[in-house]
Amino acid sequence: MTTYQYTDVVPQPRRPWDHSRATALRVAVLVVLSGVFGSLLNSFTGLSGFLGWYVGLAFAMPLLAFVGSVKHGWNMATDRLATSLITVAFAAVTIPWVSIVVTVYQKGSKAFHAKYLTDDMRITPSSDLLQYGGVAHAIIGTLLMVLIASLIAVPLGILAAVYIVEIKGRFAKMVRFLTQAMSGVPSIVAGLFIYATVVIFFGGFSAWAGALSLVILMLPTVARTSEEVLKIVPEDLRSASYALGASQARTTFRVVLPTVASGLVTAAVLGIARVVGETAPLILTASYFVATTTSLTEPIASLPIYIFSSLGLGDDNATTRAWGGSLVLLGVVFVLFVFARLFSSRLSRK
Amino acid sequence: MDSPPEQREIKTYYTTVDKVFRGFVSSAALFSLVVLILIAAFLLFRGFEIFADYGLKFITTSKWDIGNPEDPSTAVLGIGAMLVGSVLTAFIAIAVAVPFAIAAALFIEYYAPRFLRTLLTAVLDLVAAIPSVIYGIWGYVVLLPLVEDWSATLYKYLNWFPLFNVQTPIFGRSPLLAGLLLAVMILPIVTSVAREVYGQAPRDLVDASYALGGTKWAGIKTVVLPFGKSGLVGGAMLGLGRAMGETVAVYLTLNLVFKVNFQILASSGGNVASLIANKFGEATAYELKGLMAAGLVLFLVTLLVNFFATVIVNRSRKIV
Repeated sequence: MTTYQYTDVVPQPRRPWDHSRATALRVAVLVVLSGVFGSLLNSFTGLSGFLGWYVGLAFAMPLLAFVGSVKHGWNMATDRLATSLITVAFAAVTIPWVSIVVTVYQKGSKAFHAKYLTDDMRITPSSDLLQYGGVAHAIIGTLLMVLIASLIAVPLGILAAVYIVEIKGRFAKMVRFLTQAMSGVPSIVAGLFIYATVVIFFGGFSAWAGALSLVILMLPTVARTSEEVLKIVPEDLRSASYALGASQARTTFRVVLPTVASGLVTAAVLGIARVVGETAPLILTASYFVATTTSLTEPIASLPIYIFSSLGLGDDNATTRAWGGSLVLLGVVFVLFVFARLFSSRLSRK
Repeated sequence: MDSPPEQREIKTYYTTVDKVFRGFVSSAALFSLVVLILIAAFLLFRGFEIFADYGLKFITTSKWDIGNPEDPSTAVLGIGAMLVGSVLTAFIAIAVAVPFAIAAALFIEYYAPRFLRTLLTAVLDLVAAIPSVIYGIWGYVVLLPLVEDWSATLYKYLNWFPLFNVQTPIFGRSPLLAGLLLAVMILPIVTSVAREVYGQAPRDLVDASYALGGTKWAGIKTVVLPFGKSGLVGGAMLGLGRAMGETVAVYLTLNLVFKVNFQILASSGGNVASLIANKFGEATAYELKGLMAAGLVLFLVTLLVNFFATVIVNRSRKIV
């Protein structure tokens, strides 16, 4: 009779797809060599700075990868060439992103002072010293217009999605197509349209007009995201509701929409993030005003226009103010995105 | 012999509540149609006088001269140079952005580790939502000096090439700068369309290529790229539409000069959208009509581009 010996050695499953230490070493050598080549190129040619170095690296890395592996055959060599090309190109793509965030933070934080978020520019010219004035008027104006825009665009967007997914009406395809087409309307055209109608008709720039131009730009995002969200509602829920004798209206409002409520919030937040930084339509509809106001029928400030108008002056302090406004605006967009992510992750956990 | 019973026709009868509900939702859903029609109608209505006065000359003339503000008959308005500028900058943007978008999409979908993939997809959405005014101020302050340097180098070594020649070697807010900035701006959308399409490439075919001893690149080259071709074209056209309609970023990075300019290093150009933003502030009544007409042209052009882009993207989605 065979006896089985207990041993401490448990055979581990092999994972041939994992990168071995040799691969890691190869990649490290490759990167270091290309980096050295980049700095060499920097010192011998007119290239300079981080970008010059990166250009050198980006040329050297695919070349070295190819030459270094050509002894393993053509296929291996082209594979490694492609891998390093794709990686280098992707890293190049992220350079502007990082640069934007870093520059906005560095230059924008200079404009900040204790009351930057609570003061407005009522008695402060843009070129005044940086410890005076603030963006309160712009924040309030943006909030007000975005709020009104969402109150109109979010219900309309969700209804469009309900039409496509729930009602599956005769024009469902056309509605989806038109919504997509609408997302391509240039923002300045939306502004021009509201100018041609609301502003000319009521005889002046106003928060109302600004909000309405934002509705046009917000609706497609909301409609599209809500459509995606409604599609994940299981058909069983609808059937169960109908089986209990509920009408379609009741099913939609009491079963389908509540099921994906957090997803609809995501849709709304994404729509808000899309329009909160729109500049061009507001130039034509809401214009700008230096003091804090909540009147809907008068010109009103907004963050993007605050940035835009401060930048146009060419003065150093005004430009720094533009960066400060950019930092606030970028912060708002980032926070909105984190919110959207939080809500959509709650949805997927269900 | 009995014939089999006729199949019953199944009909749905809606209650009154549902009839109201369906009518209400349907009419709300047609809002986008109404808005699109209204945009075209009102811009045509306000700019009609321009089309009546100039006809097709409005889009071929390259002059914007309001003449005597009191007398519209002395004005000469035409957006030829602006249309050329729109197309030129948008094409520079596409030419630069598409190769990088392909690489970035392949990286995210096939090369990045799993945890990075979800993160990068989120970052892509986030970057796409950075407001254009922030891209504009970054392009104006950070990118401008860099592009000036590159332009000087390009001019020094390649000025025999017509595209890189200029009359006076002053580089600044040139179509190249605006085009590169637009490339940065449209990259997220082109990448996310490309990523989505590449992600839908049939996994079993890629695996089959592995099983035959192919490398990762072989799988991508023979399966993923051919599969994603039409989707990529659609994504690129979506980017083209965005680039042509961009206002503030181009306003800040391109000198508005009413001359047809193909020299991408010269600091002269402009696009239709930036023309509207530029002239809107102190426009005379007649000029304003010109801007409305220009807006209508821009609207129709971008609508056309987007129409084809949407058709192509939707078709490539449907294959799966």
